[in-house]
Amino acid sequence: MLGILSLITYAPLIGVAVILALRFVGKADDPKTVDAAKWIALITTLATLILSVVLTARFDQANPGFQFVESLPWFAGLHYAMAVDGISVLFVLLTAFLMPICILASWKSIETRVLEYLIAFLILETLVIGVFCAMDLVLFYTFFEFGLVPMFLIIGIWGGKRRVYAAFKFFLYTLLGSVLMLAAILAMISVAHTSSIPELMTYKFAPGLQTWLWLAFFASFAVKMPMWPVHTWLPDAHVEAPTAGSVILAGILLKMGGYGFLRFSLPMFPEASAIFTPLVFALSAIAIVYTSLVAFRQTDIKKLIAYSSVAHMGFVTMGIFSGNAVGVQGAIFQMLSHGVISGALFLCVGVVYDRMHTREIAFYGGLVNRMPWYAAVFMLFTMGNVGLPGTSGFVGEIMTMTGAYHASTWTALVAATGVIFSAVYALSLYRRTVFGEMTNPALVAITDLDMREIIIFTPLILSTLYLGLQPGVVFQITQASVDHLVSAYHAFSGA
Amino acid sequence: MQAQSLLPVIVFGPLFAALVAGLFGRRIGDIASQSVTTGFLILSCLLSWTIFAQWTWGGLEPFTLQIAPFIHVGNFQSNWSLRLDGLSAVMLIVVTTVSALVHVYSWGYMAEDPSRPRFFAYLSLFTFAMLALVTAADFMQLFFGWEGVGLASYLLIGFWFHKPSANAASIKAFVVNRVGDFGFALGIMTVYWMFGTIQFAEIFPRIHEFAGKHWEFLGQNWSAIDLACALLFVGAMGKSAQFFLHTWLPDAMEGPTPVSALIHAATMVTAGVYMVCLLSPMFEYAPIAKQIVTLIGAVTALFAATVGLAQNDIKRVIAYSTCSQLGYMFFAAGVGAYQAAMFHLFTHAFFKALLFLGAGSVIHGMHHEQDMRKMGGVWKYMPITYAVMTIGTLAITGVGIPGVELGFAGFYSKDTIIEAAFAAGQQYGGVAYFAFFVGIFAAGLTAFYSWRLAFMTFHGTAKWGAHEVHDDHAAHGHDDHTAHADHGHDDHGHGHTPHESPLSMLIPIILLSFGAVFAGFAFVEKFVGEGRNEFWKGAIFNAPTNHILEHAHHSPTWLLWLPLVVSTTGLLIAFYVYILKEGMGARIAARKGLLWGFLYNKWYFDELYEATFVKAAKVLGDLFWKGGDQKLIDGLGPDGISAVTLNLGKRMGKVQTGYVYHYAFVMLLGVAGLLSFALWAWQA
Repeated sequence: MLGILSLITYAPLIGVAVILALRFVGKADDPKTVDAAKWIALITTLATLILSVVLTARFDQANPGFQFVESLPWFAGLHYAMAVDGISVLFVLLTAFLMPICILASWKSIETRVLEYLIAFLILETLVIGVFCAMDLVLFYTFFEFGLVPMFLIIGIWGGKRRVYAAFKFFLYTLLGSVLMLAAILAMISVAHTSSIPELMTYKFAPGLQTWLWLAFFASFAVKMPMWPVHTWLPDAHVEAPTAGSVILAGILLKMGGYGFLRFSLPMFPEASAIFTPLVFALSAIAIVYTSLVAFRQTDIKKLIAYSSVAHMGFVTMGIFSGNAVGVQGAIFQMLSHGVISGALFLCVGVVYDRMHTREIAFYGGLVNRMPWYAAVFMLFTMGNVGLPGTSGFVGEIMTMTGAYHASTWTALVAATGVIFSAVYALSLYRRTVFGEMTNPALVAITDLDMREIIIFTPLILSTLYLGLQPGVVFQITQASVDHLVSAYHAFSGA
Repeated sequence: MQAQSLLPVIVFGPLFAALVAGLFGRRIGDIASQSVTTGFLILSCLLSWTIFAQWTWGGLEPFTLQIAPFIHVGNFQSNWSLRLDGLSAVMLIVVTTVSALVHVYSWGYMAEDPSRPRFFAYLSLFTFAMLALVTAADFMQLFFGWEGVGLASYLLIGFWFHKPSANAASIKAFVVNRVGDFGFALGIMTVYWMFGTIQFAEIFPRIHEFAGKHWEFLGQNWSAIDLACALLFVGAMGKSAQFFLHTWLPDAMEGPTPVSALIHAATMVTAGVYMVCLLSPMFEYAPIAKQIVTLIGAVTALFAATVGLAQNDIKRVIAYSTCSQLGYMFFAAGVGAYQAAMFHLFTHAFFKALLFLGAGSVIHGMHHEQDMRKMGGVWKYMPITYAVMTIGTLAITGVGIPGVELGFAGFYSKDTIIEAAFAAGQQYGGVAYFAFFVGIFAAGLTAFYSWRLAFMTFHGTAKWGAHEVHDDHAAHGHDDHTAHADHGHDDHGHGHTPHESPLSMLIPIILLSFGAVFAGFAFVEKFVGEGRNEFWKGAIFNAPTNHILEHAHHSPTWLLWLPLVVSTTGLLIAFYVYILKEGMGARIAARKGLLWGFLYNKWYFDELYEATFVKAAKVLGDLFWKGGDQKLIDGLGPDGISAVTLNLGKRMGKVQTGYVYHYAFVMLLGVAGLLSFALWAWQA
């Protein structure tokens, strides 16, 4: 039986079909065709969002298990299986939430091969949502791997000057990780004789095998997060990607790593997870301090924000492997919050990049004099990035640290220095771009946010504040599944 | 009216006003923005006094209103709530009174600023955050208010965003406070895992369970409550600008003067003291943490007072004075006299806000001059400002007659602190005695720098004539909004005769001067006297063995007179140096002696931190970026691999520029290797 999950997953493909039809009917570079395609993409993503809201509303919060289960025999004994639980359902919503924003953000800034660009985004949406819904290992891997392709194209075709290098680096890193994961997946199937994720979650792999499987999955997820020291693809990918590409990259693709840890590493390899927890803690703590300091020294706005993303993802991995409910819930929250805030920050960069076509911090300065509304919006998201209480950025940070404190006070201590460093780099970026006198004559004619940009930012502002003041809306949904995950983890790992 | 229904209006009124002025300020105009914010603040102030009156004389009992849930995960339960008890009742009137007066004062002081709606919105936003802080019923809301006031402080210090010095100062304030919050956050985590809750009402009755117990932190065993309290106190050190984390406060004077009065004198910087008093049930079981508090407080009181002696910027003198007085409050709390700390917080709010707003009046009247060396003889031109500043000086120096118990506000509160420190010294010795000696000695220093300020500003020969020198001008932060592009300097040129400030500025300072005169006399009985237990109604906890305040009330006569004698000595020396031998101070400074340089340069803290922390962050950042990421990771990783595969391709005679082939190659290698490994692993 197919259901709402498949509908949400493949809804964007309907848009793809319509745009392709348009392309054959009209001319690809005809402004009318291009405009129509944009509207089709926007309507498709909005429809997907509405469906995802319906899904979240109908989600049974008290049920820790999988819901909206779909299962069809596929081939060679594999199943086409889809389902969501409290851990994944919000990532579906986050993806569907960010996609219309990305389409709107690309409305004017993409001028070449617009139709192909929109198609790439819509396909990407299908694949990413598929990742979060897939309940079969092979299906998961298919979505997970093919998701690389549209992102690779988005960077490689619509990217900046060094897009080829960046796309290459992005592909190389993520592929290396995926290859290891593929081997592990094959191993799991042949040992457990099933590819069903729910069944594998209760299967007990031998401890020795767990270690190798954990490491293989870790290679893939650590690259995706990204964790130190396999993070260097991210700043380059961000710098070269178009604005909307960065939003999706930071907002969603990075979360596939965290989701993977929660879906595979912890429940399927609990003993290995417990063994490797010190490693993850060490890498997370290093990431937080190291990348924060690197961020502080950047001269490119996007690179700075990209490095700060790595630091924030350090909190996520730390929270996941804390192995207690506070830390895991905090990690999920941090991922959702980071999806909104970092997406918004990249959009903030996009606003000035669209106008001035440079991301050099030194080029800017004194923007507040001409762009007061922009300054206010950028300030809000800067504060979110800094983790100010009242914004969603705070909740995830304090909870992942609290969770980690229970497992390792040293880790919590080092991570807590991150709240100092984030203030240093984020506020100095803001000061150098927005405050001060406007000394660069090229900036004099710069205009404040227009209506389209205000429409883009409004939902992001509201979610940052609402999640910051009422984080309970997230925890109500995640709680049952996380409690289930944590208690199973403790039962198996003996921790 | 029911206090339960007034309290939400008090707290959320300023938030509403801030949103109106902040979001619609440009649409509704300056006057409307100023009116809505000031109006709501006056309302909050009147309602706060209503509640305070009910609390003090009407038998109002403590209560907590729950507004909404905040974070609920397992035991980690936090709510948005409004807690009313003795401590928050006092803080409500302190915050709203000073804030309302500062709002009124800003009508005059900021009259020429083009972004007044933004300014008033920030002020009201600050007030809301501060009220959320003082009414918190758990650690999360406390932290929310704590960082919220930090945000408002950051925004207001950097209010004149075109000034590089203001931008630097605002970031410094935020970051140094974050250092404190680092400790605070760890403290909250420690409390959570110790007690399984972050609700004050659930923690406080259970403190004794952990008395004498140990807690593992960073691989060491620590005395449990001491560790929690010490970590939390690091937060207080940041917010209240205590020794080591004090460097941001003097720089914060870059903000407009009303901001300095409200945030950096009367309210926000006292949040640390408030926190220690609020957590008295914990600190009473933390003897080591209390000693740390006492020591840091005493060192700060001494350090800041010595630096204050040598500063020439009128606002910086008062800033160091604030820092020093906060030190008094901390060592009072540290020796167990929390009531005395709160009492001094209360009286200090009035006379320090008065001094700051008075200084603002002088700056305004002197056409944005802040250097005291360019003032002198101003009293004739600004008689009202002169009168109230004198009252403020009398209050801070603690003038009063011990025998008949009559004096200015500071007399009651500061002398109680000194007596408490003496009593604690007799009981425990050690750090408390040190605090006592510092308290006495710093009282003399306080008198000297306070009267020095008064004499240099108001007395002596006028130095603001035609022969003005601009040498040292740029080096100091100036409260100088004339630099703004939209606001010409012409109508305000230097060298003009000083003038008295408008009524909108004078009325708030006159009202504050009533506080500086009567706040001590009127409330000494309630705060620290016989009626104190009835007044605080359990909000402050004293261990059964803590009798410091009783002992303090039975101090020997010589101790009662000692502060007066010391501060009179300070006054006389200041009088000699700055009035009788006018010019002597300048000559001492000109000699640039070692001690003078040490004090003038604030014990070289900024230089030390610049050379260590700031420098290290830059060097490490560059090292990790260029050395770690680019050379090491990329060099060995992706770039290295691509170079190797490229070479391989060349050697094979096929130069491939298409990168897709590399992936395919690497992927195949990986797949093959791993599959063979996996097969091997299963068989094993």
